[in-house]
This record gives sequence, C-alpha cells and structure tokens, in this order.
Amino acid sequence: MSAQDLVARAQRWSKEQPWRLFGSQIFILVRNEVRRNLFTRRRIWMYLLALIPVLIILAHVIFDRNEPAGPAQIENDTQVLAGIVQLYYLRLGIFFACMAVFTWLFRGEIVERTLHYQFLAPVRREVLVVGKFLAGAVVATALFETAVLACVFLMYSRFGSAGKSYVFDGPGLGQLESYLLVTALACLGYGAAFLALSLLFKNPIIPGVVIMGWETIAPIFPAWAQRLSVTFYLKQLCPVSLPIRGPLAIFTIVAEPVSPFIAALGLLCLTIAILALSCFLIHRMEITYTAE
Amino acid sequence: MTSSARQIVFENVSKFYGEVLGVNKVSFSLGPGITSLVGPNGSGKTTLMNLLTGLIRPSQGAIYVLGLTPQQPIEFFRQVGYCTQFDSFPPGTNGYDFIYWPLRLHGFDRDQAAKLTNEALERAGMAHVARRKVAGYSKGMRQRIRLAQAIAHHPSVLVLDEPLNGLDPMARAESIALFETIAKQGMHVIISSHILEEVDRISDRVVLMSSGYVVAEGQIREVRKEVHDHPMQILVRCSNAGRLAAAAFELDHVVEAKILNDGHGVLVRTHDAEQFYLLLNKIVSGGLVEVDAVAPADDDVNSIYQYLIGSDGGPV
Repeated sequence: MSAQDLVARAQRWSKEQPWRLFGSQIFILVRNEVRRNLFTRRRIWMYLLALIPVLIILAHVIFDRNEPAGPAQIENDTQVLAGIVQLYYLRLGIFFACMAVFTWLFRGEIVERTLHYQFLAPVRREVLVVGKFLAGAVVATALFETAVLACVFLMYSRFGSAGKSYVFDGPGLGQLESYLLVTALACLGYGAAFLALSLLFKNPIIPGVVIMGWETIAPIFPAWAQRLSVTFYLKQLCPVSLPIRGPLAIFTIVAEPVSPFIAALGLLCLTIAILALSCFLIHRMEITYTAE
Repeated sequence: MTSSARQIVFENVSKFYGEVLGVNKVSFSLGPGITSLVGPNGSGKTTLMNLLTGLIRPSQGAIYVLGLTPQQPIEFFRQVGYCTQFDSFPPGTNGYDFIYWPLRLHGFDRDQAAKLTNEALERAGMAHVARRKVAGYSKGMRQRIRLAQAIAHHPSVLVLDEPLNGLDPMARAESIALFETIAKQGMHVIISSHILEEVDRISDRVVLMSSGYVVAEGQIREVRKEVHDHPMQILVRCSNAGRLAAAAFELDHVVEAKILNDGHGVLVRTHDAEQFYLLLNKIVSGGLVEVDAVAPADDDVNSIYQYLIGSDGGPV
C-alpha cells in the first residue's frame, strides 16, 4: 500500500468519525468527573497538600514582616520559591495528588461499582479515557496552579513596590509563566502515568512507589532512559537553578539540557504515548466487580 | 434488513473466568418479543447478559445484537438498554441526573434529553421523587430508576437482570405491563428472573440455563413438548368425567387419568398429547361427554424448570 493510499484512507476514516459527538461527550465526561473529583470531602487532604507551602509562606509573611526587604532578600526568596516548586510541588505535592486523582478515575468507579454505567453508555472507550484524563488534568492543574500563583503572590507582595517591580519589570513574570507551564505539564505527565497504572494494576500504590523511585534515580541512567521520566522534561523548564550540592543535586541536575520547546514537546509526546497505552488497556477491561 | 440484523445471535459462545466456567458453548438466536432467562443462582444468566452487552468479553465465539457488536458502542448502545443487577449509583446523584446525563452522552440536546428523561421517569413511576438523591431511595425505587435509565433512549433491545427484585406487588404488575407494552412495539426484551410465575405470564420464549449450559431454549410449549421424560398434563373440565377417564386409560400413551375432587373433570398425564386430543374430539362428537374447558396443566416455565433443572439446580 502506497503512502498516498494510506493518507487517503486516513482522510476517509477521519471524515467518518463523529468528532462533534466525541467533543460533546468529552465535555460532559469532564463536567461530571470534575464535580465528582473536585468538590468532594474526599479531596480535602489534596487541598492541604497544595496549600501547605502557601500557608508556610503566609506565616513567613506575617511573622517576618519586619525583616529588611532589599534586593538580596528578594533574590533569597526567589531561591526559596524555586525550591518549593521544584522539590515540593513537582516531586511530592503534584506527584501524590495526581496519584490520588488519576488512579481513582477508573479504580474509584470499580470500588464504587459504577463503572458499568460508563461502559453501557454510547461512548467509545478511547473517548472515555480522554474525557476522564482531561477531567483529572483540570482538577489537578486548577488546584496546583492556584497554589503556585498564591505562593508567588505572597512571596513578592511583602516586598511592596520592590516586589511588584521584580515581578512586572524584572524576571518575576517570566518565572511565574515557567512555573505555571511546569505545573500543568507535571499534572499531565504524572496524570497519564497514573491513569495507565490504574488500568494495569488492581492496586496501583506499589507501582506508584516504583515510579517515584524511577523519577528520582533516572538522572543516573543513560540519556535515552532519562527521556522516559517526567522530571527529565520538567527540570529543563524550571527557570531558577537551585544551588544544591552533594547527593541531593540528583533532584535538580540537568545532565543533557534541551531547549524548553523540545522539553515541553517531549513531555507532551510522552503523555500522548502513555494515553494511547491506556486506550489499548481500557479495551481489555471487563466488569467483574467481585473479582476486584 | 437481513434476518440476523433483526435478531440477537449467540454463536458458540463460551466464557471462562480463569478456570471457572461462566457459560459454555451457547448458541441461539432470539427474535423480538419477551425472552426469559431462567435458571438457578450461578447458572450463568447474568454472565450471558453481561456478554450480550459487552461488559465482559467472550473467551470464545461471537455475539451480534441486531447485527452490531459492543465494539461499535455508539450504534450499539443506541439500540440496547441494560438494567443490571448492580445496586450501586454514582455518589451524590439524583434520579433526574441519573437519567439525563447518559442521554446527553447519546448526543441528545438539552431539550430532547429533558423530554426523554421526564418521559422515562413517568413510565417508571418515579417522576415525583426524581429530584431526590438516589442514596435515599428504597430498594424498589432504585430498581425502577435503573429501569427508567435503561428505557429512556427508546432502545430496540432491553436487557433486564432480575428487574422485579425488590418491587412491591403493585410496582411488579406495573413493570410487567411496561415490559409487555415494550415487547408489543416490536422490541426485544430479555428478562432474567426467579419469579417464574410472573415471567411465565409474559414470556414468548424461554432460555433455561443450568451450570453454565443452555438446557433448553424456544417457545415454552415447544420446549415442553421436547421434555419426553415427563408426561404432559392436560386438564379437562367436563361432565361424565368417569367415562372420559375410562376412555383415556385405553390409550397406551396415557399414564394417568385422575378424576378431579369435584367430579367435574379429569387430569390426564400422557406421552402423546396430540393423540389424546384426537380421542377427546371423538368422544365429544359422539356426545358421550360435554367439555367445558381443556388446558395444558404443565406447559409453563415453572414446570419446565422443575422437569429440566430440578429444585436443586442440577440437571435432571
């Protein structure tokens, strides 16, 4: 079959698909999942996970309000903020929140014995995966982007006009944009990984711990292997490098730098590849609640 | 449209859960009307329904519903509604939303979905409690709201797993009337139930299952005729019952002719009902006996179930 035939077939297939229906189904799935996942008491600990740094910074703002607020202090706080985002949010907060949100998308429905309603709806299972993934992404991204925004606001607002100038006339706004991008990409990358794990394993916690170990030690592996970790791409996009030395530098060191565009694109490609795996796995899934 | 495109077809379907048998080598095809799946617990009724609707996949064989398979979910689930036995609901949902949002997934716009939701709620008798949380419903109400969801999009095939469970007698009668109405509209209704008397009244055909096998399948009378081990029972209400009993005893295939306690009839057990009817015609035309009514006494689902499966659930 020639390339021309393949293209023609792909075009024909694309024309036959009810894309509008898929779109509206995804919208409905996202809406229902967000309501189910975001506005629920079960997620309170996740809000705490996102808000802990915000509360610490708030305490810092209140209790250290008499400290001198010169450029050196702004520089120092910028490093602290970079540490919060890179070491806490990317390594712990977003990781564990995504683990909870994305593994629950399907596993939760199995535990609650409601997944059959999804499977009996006139929805392609791939559309179901995409809808649920986007819902999880909306929940995690909204929560952590809000938290990062709050951190940045609190961190620089205490410096008054100097802080405002750092953000709007200095590097602050660019750093904020990078942090928001990194946060969103982290939610997508980890989210896709945990969604696939939940379809592969009945109890995804142990594989989740394995992923955490892999994300930590990936920098000591060859370059091709590093590309299979989410943090490889995220580290490239972080705007402030942390002055960490010794064994802990493994968390921040960038062994083979690539351009931010390539890093973002690479992570998106990794996410799509894992989602494609999830679409394959969902077709094998059966409703046998008693066996779960 | 070909005949298979109007039928539900099982082609040599088997399902194994590891080494445990779900159903084995099931082959049949069902036309429109009401079909009852009958069998003891664990006989494979729910497995068969889950296979039919794609909730589980067959280990072997193929299933077609009106020429479609669950691998074409958009077309397939427009035609199929399934009221499962799982008594669970999305947390926090109310009766209205439980029906409305799946309709939106079908592609109905807001107005159409609202109209169909209200119609389904009315048909299931749940309109007055539609805005209440499902978690606060009684078992019967939960059963009916699931039924409402299954019929809301006007499917051509309605699959109902123990739909009469938990319903009070009034709701049961209403549900049965609803199934009959749906079947009369030319739809396929497949019901599994252990309330045999009620299923018997409305079923056009029966699929008897035991230990994962289909023991018998077809129209109830035809299935009954195939059960040669047990003579057919025929009840004749008539005058001069003694004369009829004596004449019946002269036939080789009649194994019993019992005069009823009130003396106005005979219960005949015979291996050849056709021959007995011929004899009866002869006696009636000879003016020896006046017949008020003739009716088979054991060509119902309950009797067939007892004969083929037995009360312990094992094949007879």
